Amino acid sequence: MLTRDSADVIVIGAGVVGAACAYYAARSGLRVTVLDRGPVAGGTTGAGEGNLLVSDKEPGPELDLALLSTRLWQDLAEELPPEIEYEAKGGLVVASHEEGTAALRDFAAAQHKAGVTAEEIPADRLHDLEPHLAPGLAGGVHYPQDAQVMPALAAAHLLRAAGARVRLRLGEEVTGLLTGGSGEIQGVRTNSGPVHAPYVVNAAGTWGGEVARLAGVELPVLPRRGFVLVTEPLPRVVRRKVYAADYVADVASGSAALQTSAVVEGTPAGPVLIGASRERVGFDRTLSVEVLRRLAAQATALFPVLAGVRVMRTYPGFRPYLPDHLPAIGADPRVPGLLHACGHEGAGIGLAPATGLIVAQALAGREPPLDVGPFRPERFASGG
Amino acid sequence: MALSESEPREPRGSHELHGPYASHEPYDVAVIGAGSAGLAGAVTAAELGLSVALVDSSTQVGGQFYRTPEPVLGAVRPEALHHDWAAFAGLRTRQRATSGITHLAGHHVWTVARQGDDLWAVHAVTGADGAGERPVCVRARAILIATGAYERQLPFPGWTLPGVVGAGGAQAMLKSGLVLPGRRVVVAGSGPLLLAVASSLAAAGARIPAVVEATGYLRYARHGRALATNPHKLLEAVVHGSALLRHRVPLRTRSAVTEVHGDERVEAVTVSRLDAEWRPVPGTGRRIACDALAVGHGLAPQIDLAVGLGCATRATADGASALVLDRLQETSVPGVWAAGETGGVGGAQLARTEGELAAYAVAARLGRRTPSIQSAHVARLRRRRDRMRSFADAMAQAHAPGPGWPEWLAEDTDVCRCEEVTAGTIREAVADLGARDARTVKLLTRAGMGWCQGRMCGAAVACLAAGADGEVEPPAERRPFAVPVPLGTLAGLEPGEPVEPVEPVGSPVSQEPPEKPAGPDR
Repeated sequence: MLTRDSADVIVIGAGVVGAACAYYAARSGLRVTVLDRGPVAGGTTGAGEGNLLVSDKEPGPELDLALLSTRLWQDLAEELPPEIEYEAKGGLVVASHEEGTAALRDFAAAQHKAGVTAEEIPADRLHDLEPHLAPGLAGGVHYPQDAQVMPALAAAHLLRAAGARVRLRLGEEVTGLLTGGSGEIQGVRTNSGPVHAPYVVNAAGTWGGEVARLAGVELPVLPRRGFVLVTEPLPRVVRRKVYAADYVADVASGSAALQTSAVVEGTPAGPVLIGASRERVGFDRTLSVEVLRRLAAQATALFPVLAGVRVMRTYPGFRPYLPDHLPAIGADPRVPGLLHACGHEGAGIGLAPATGLIVAQALAGREPPLDVGPFRPERFASGG
Repeated sequence: MALSESEPREPRGSHELHGPYASHEPYDVAVIGAGSAGLAGAVTAAELGLSVALVDSSTQVGGQFYRTPEPVLGAVRPEALHHDWAAFAGLRTRQRATSGITHLAGHHVWTVARQGDDLWAVHAVTGADGAGERPVCVRARAILIATGAYERQLPFPGWTLPGVVGAGGAQAMLKSGLVLPGRRVVVAGSGPLLLAVASSLAAAGARIPAVVEATGYLRYARHGRALATNPHKLLEAVVHGSALLRHRVPLRTRSAVTEVHGDERVEAVTVSRLDAEWRPVPGTGRRIACDALAVGHGLAPQIDLAVGLGCATRATADGASALVLDRLQETSVPGVWAAGETGGVGGAQLARTEGELAAYAVAARLGRRTPSIQSAHVARLRRRRDRMRSFADAMAQAHAPGPGWPEWLAEDTDVCRCEEVTAGTIREAVADLGARDARTVKLLTRAGMGWCQGRMCGAAVACLAAGADGEVEPPAERRPFAVPVPLGTLAGLEPGEPVEPVEPVGSPVSQEPPEKPAGPDR
């Protein structure tokens, strides 16, 4: 019997990842309680741009996850209301010099083998795709699968679309986990009392490490700050997601590393978004003028027309990153009943549906939709 | 960091500039805002021997309160529209007598940043409305924030119709442009400003069919002590009151304009009685013909620069956010002082006192005239400040919006007029989408994302976000860009070293392997 304080599964975190976990779990018939100490989308989801990208990912587990998510987002765009502002706008990655173009071409060829649609755009055709791009660029690659969503609305509508099987309890902070005699999960304790369920999903994003610690396990999620710049509303001057990419030698690893600029893009509401910087400064929200200068310089280098456009806002967000830059998804063998769905760094909006689906399949005891080995939550444990 | 890379052009309206403004860099103190508080602070600091940058967005000092009509209007007696003009004139005379103030007029400050342990950088843009002809960075050892207040509005059906103007805005128009918003002007809202506005408009020739005040003035009686120790405030009220009597202006208390009528512009308003919680009493609506409505619900401290610096805030008795200040006007961030409305709205006289007090505190901190904060003069300033603060708090409490005011709103009333977000949309975000605070309402509805950055709708959104029985959190006043700044201006700032390595840039990636290459968020 479902009482106020019991459910089949508790999801901690009402960001987009928690919302996707709740959505797919509810769709498979489970009763879900979503707890968050703040509002919906109050953490990193509310500070994101809503990028759903495949263009920046090299072949590997994260790209596989992104490709699955790309398909799932297309389905969700049909099911959820238009307010989520899903736009299959495509991405355009440009290079400023000839070597960069060659490297970009090789990168795209490898991605293509992994299932990414990528079309090389010679220099003389770049302005057909983006009329306001700076002159003199060497070439680029068009990625029609790159898309965008308004992240906070996407999270809110995922939770609402899940219907009566999802109970949303906001403003309730989880202060401890309830476990049984053999250490198995029995629920959580919040500041307003216990909530019972045999499964708990840690979707606490950048704060996922704290939730793991409550369960007595280590998950080294750390914050990585980013600022996004938001301009005054404009007619569409930027049609796609546009960023510059060039390869530089990475001395440390001896391999080539992709260096990219901030992503510049228009939004249905009018403002152009420019994001985002990357810094490891803990949870410091203080504005950095130097960061803003660099973002502005990169954006105006790509689109000189933006130089006269005014910036209205900027906000910081804290990406949850794990040491190997892959998320932790799935059951934690160290605590029966505990699952993780966090540590997506800057890709949480894009990877949310695939993450939610994997979690829902795991809860239902079904086979995962792809190889989840690289995302094992316990992979950072010493000796593990 | 130098001011700018090229020799600075003299900014517009900077006839008080003494030489190139890089010469005093870094200044002892940068005073932001040249209204009553800022001017008093700057003049006092200069007289104490400090080098002062007085940075202000207007072309002339005086702030929102003291407005000199544009010279082309040929006004001969601006003091006729101001009480207390003599105090302002005195500050102007002292300003002219000192050489320690560099007045940077027409400078719109967009952020203040720490630049090391004892140095601050004030970033501004110049040009009309900060259209950003040129970025300017002024460095100083101390900051005095005197950015004043902006007018607070509560929406109601029809408030976006032409002819509806802010009460403070109407008075400002009159003082600086000598124009009236209409011929028959209803003055409505709440707060002591309404009487002053009505008497100014009446004196300038407008007919005032009614002054509509949501509070009953009986609420003042609860604060008898604060009233009794501030006789000048009582005198002010008597002056305005008698002016209103002379012009036969009816005063309706415990009432509000709950609807504006008109097709193209204001033709009439409906005034309804309010209960103790500001709910309209059904059946009490009366229509009053007019061609303009001047409306306002007091002032809200303009504290975005201070909030950006991490200064602590407090909720005022009327539900706004103000800076937390110590007994010598310092904020919770050492090295940053504030004076005037930023610490809670209290009027020009309080602002002058606080500006002067802050100047003494800054001088003492910088090692000048250290004994002076122990002086009898500073003690007198502090007593005067405390007395006027307690009066200001009493006023704020008396005019605090009642919890029932959202009942004025129709579902289709625009609350955020920049983004055209209705009350219904906001209520849906709270009831169905999981918004519990103003920030999430903004994310889910775009309320507050427009040109005014939520200054117009912030108070209303905060109330609606709290829901029917939730506790209202005052607007956070968090605006990292206090004014919009062109991207080209930002991009042209002098490169600085960030505290921590920043990516993405063209520099090698890895400081601590294994590091993922910089890239977009995915």
